[in-house]
Amino acid sequence: MKPIQTLLEVNDLNAFYGRAQILFDVSLKVGRGEVVALMGRNGAGKSTTMKTIMGLVERRTGTVRFRKEAIERLAPFRICQRGLGFVPEDRRIFTDLSVMENLEVGRLSERLDAPYWDENKLFKLFPNLGEMPNRPGGQMSGGEQQMLTISRTLMGNPYLVLLDEPSEGVAPLIVEQMAEMIVELKKQGLSVLLSEQNIHFAKLVSDRAYILENGQVRYQGSMRDLAADEVTQQKYLSV
Amino acid sequence: MSLSSLLIQMISGLSEASTLFLISVGLSLIFGVTRIVNFAHGSFYMLGIYLSYTLVSRFGDTASGFWLATLLSALTVAVIGALIEMTVLRRIYHVPELFQLLATFALVLVISDATLYLWGPEELLGPRAPGLSGSISLLGHRIPQYDLVLMAIGPLILVGLYLMLNLTRWGTLIRAATQDREMVGALGINQHWLFTGVFALGCFLAGLGGALQGPRVPANLLLDIEAIGTAFVIVVIGGMGSITGAFVASLLIAQIKALCYGIGTLTFFDVVIPLNQMTLVIEFLVMAIVLVVRPWGLLGRALPPSRQAPQSEPMLTPASKGVRWFGALIALVLMMVPTFSESFPYLITLSVDMLIAVLFAASLHFIMGPGGLHSFGHAAYFGLGAYGAGLLVLMLGLPMELAMILGPLVAALGALVFGWFSVRLSGVYLAMLTLAFAQIVWSVIYQWNGFTGGSNGLIGIWPSDWLASPTAFYYLTLASVIISVLLLRFGLFAPFGFALRAGRDSALRAEAIGINVKRIQWYAFTIAGLFGGVAGTLFAFSKGSISPEVISVSRSVDGLVMVLLGGINTLSGPIAGASIFTLLHDTVMRETTYWRAVLGLAVLTLVILFPTGIVGSAQAIGERIKSHLLNRQRGGQLNGAGNAQQSGGDPR
Repeated sequence: MKPIQTLLEVNDLNAFYGRAQILFDVSLKVGRGEVVALMGRNGAGKSTTMKTIMGLVERRTGTVRFRKEAIERLAPFRICQRGLGFVPEDRRIFTDLSVMENLEVGRLSERLDAPYWDENKLFKLFPNLGEMPNRPGGQMSGGEQQMLTISRTLMGNPYLVLLDEPSEGVAPLIVEQMAEMIVELKKQGLSVLLSEQNIHFAKLVSDRAYILENGQVRYQGSMRDLAADEVTQQKYLSV
Repeated sequence: MSLSSLLIQMISGLSEASTLFLISVGLSLIFGVTRIVNFAHGSFYMLGIYLSYTLVSRFGDTASGFWLATLLSALTVAVIGALIEMTVLRRIYHVPELFQLLATFALVLVISDATLYLWGPEELLGPRAPGLSGSISLLGHRIPQYDLVLMAIGPLILVGLYLMLNLTRWGTLIRAATQDREMVGALGINQHWLFTGVFALGCFLAGLGGALQGPRVPANLLLDIEAIGTAFVIVVIGGMGSITGAFVASLLIAQIKALCYGIGTLTFFDVVIPLNQMTLVIEFLVMAIVLVVRPWGLLGRALPPSRQAPQSEPMLTPASKGVRWFGALIALVLMMVPTFSESFPYLITLSVDMLIAVLFAASLHFIMGPGGLHSFGHAAYFGLGAYGAGLLVLMLGLPMELAMILGPLVAALGALVFGWFSVRLSGVYLAMLTLAFAQIVWSVIYQWNGFTGGSNGLIGIWPSDWLASPTAFYYLTLASVIISVLLLRFGLFAPFGFALRAGRDSALRAEAIGINVKRIQWYAFTIAGLFGGVAGTLFAFSKGSISPEVISVSRSVDGLVMVLLGGINTLSGPIAGASIFTLLHDTVMRETTYWRAVLGLAVLTLVILFPTGIVGSAQAIGERIKSHLLNRQRGGQLNGAGNAQQSGGDPR
């Protein structure tokens, strides 16, 4: 097996909301072409980890290296421009803007060594979206909005996407579609850090997994090992 | 009045609507994207008029020269706006909105004095537009040709903006940022340039609105406040951030005003209502009604909740023994003041001014700090107290002692009425509604010549004989202020004060434990008004004469500066702040013509260097040192507080 080139490396990440500390020395890595699951129960710190990597949490310490460059001091827009995409958990669709306009906001120029996306390619991946190019974002179902927010981020042609709970609040049929979509993205060469509570979803798509509890990394290993490890699942994931 | 003349009024109302739209639409656009309520917007309008006066006078002999000069004026305003955005506003996007409002008000002061320096104090009327100086005849009335052009420009700008926002990538980004600018940033858009661009566009529109008024309205230094007042009204009625809303509101207000002019006076059960003299009042009344019925304006919508972590307010603690002794010592020193009046004759007057300012600031702090309601119109209650007492003495011949008691009650009554509406809102909307109420009071007093003396004010409000000597009046002031400040303090540590602070910190939780938050805030608003009225009453008797200046926007803002100067989270803050402010105002600032610019620059410095107030900044520095030490102990890399500071500098 050839060694995987590290794309994202997070070391000793701490994050604070006001006076409360949310993350405690979180460290993780994502390699090129990998899908890595960031797991844990509600409130474990998954979303905060992603927001902090993205520069969206003001008070933070620790280092974040992306493609060998330190990005922990950069503003969110500069981080995104370097090819690190973020899909927020609450989707944050621009409700007044049409599907096409939402995609337009996410458009960045092409990168040589990252998969390239445009409207046509995305509509092939998400046929539902292609059927409603002019519909305002506010008038779409939860599943459709989820597809749109992912597509919007892909318009920036990222190397790696921070995908925050894509299966949350969408119909079971769509969840299946989401899993297929992630596998497809991986095939195209995209790396993904996926935050997820549900082991059944995560094991369909992920190579490795980290588990967070109370803002700390409690487990890391291959997805295959975790899927077989009932005790760890019971301890950190069961509700 | 005939139907045809009413019709003509309404047609000329259309050109007025264009003007209102140009003044206000930029404000709405800027607020939508940056979330900054730009007080200086009226100043950009004023700059447009002055610049067009200069440029059109020079190049405006031909029609093409006139229009090019007009356009050039607007572009110059846009460039000035962009420079101000890059140097000042960029630094304040992340500070609390109260500081943003203050900083933009400081810009008003600076721009006003810069204009005074460049163009002088005289009114300047620009030349007429070549080829458009005539008028056309309609239904036996004459309508200036220039007004017809103005009438067309408003809708043209509306269509142009609509196309720009809907058909260009830049417009798409603006609309996206209006909804969720943090997400726009996370998608790789550099908000700095987006914000600068939007700000410049807004300033261009204001400058164009001003430049187009060049041939109609003489340029003068009062236009900035006048225009911003109108622009607030339009934007609030239409809905902050809505362009179409601004247009609809401009039409509405212009037509209502036209109707008032057209009808003239209305007699209602023997009461004569001079509608044509009440346009200012009616403007603000419409706004107040809209704010209460539809708090987000006709076409606006509720703001998305702030994604910033809530700031925890430091606790207020009762005075320690040391503080009490210190207070007593100060009181003792203050009692000795008259004994020095021989050697420093000005000392007593200065001390009275300071004491009145202290009470004004302390009453504002009561509602602003522990109450969490950022009133931008506290001068209303100061003014109501002053005018209430003054009118009672002059009109009814009441003795001064009785007027001293009734004056503050007039103010409390005003606060009771205005407060009922105001506490229903929060944030910038509350700030603007309180400002609107203050402007209503101001315009009633300013326009009601027969009763209030109009712009001349009232003279001859003197204390009774036994209080007429400066020393006696000084002791009266001292006693009133000390008792009032102690009562306000007492209220804050009574159960009432706890409930008030609970409501500020978490309205939902406070209501869940049975506190009627709105009612408590309403009472607090009234109490603040009452003591603001005490200060106003004392002021009236100390000066002997009052003018509408006592209710001006700048007096309200002076109060805010005093409170923020001392620190909003301490009880002694407003006292210290008011004393320092008055001392500087009465000594240093009287030495220069450009004291407004000095004050403005001081406020800007305060906001940019100490964005969380003096007390907050001290705490932030403390925490930075702490995390610095912590990081060093761990041997970790130092990118803590410094990093947070840096990312905080990005607009979000």
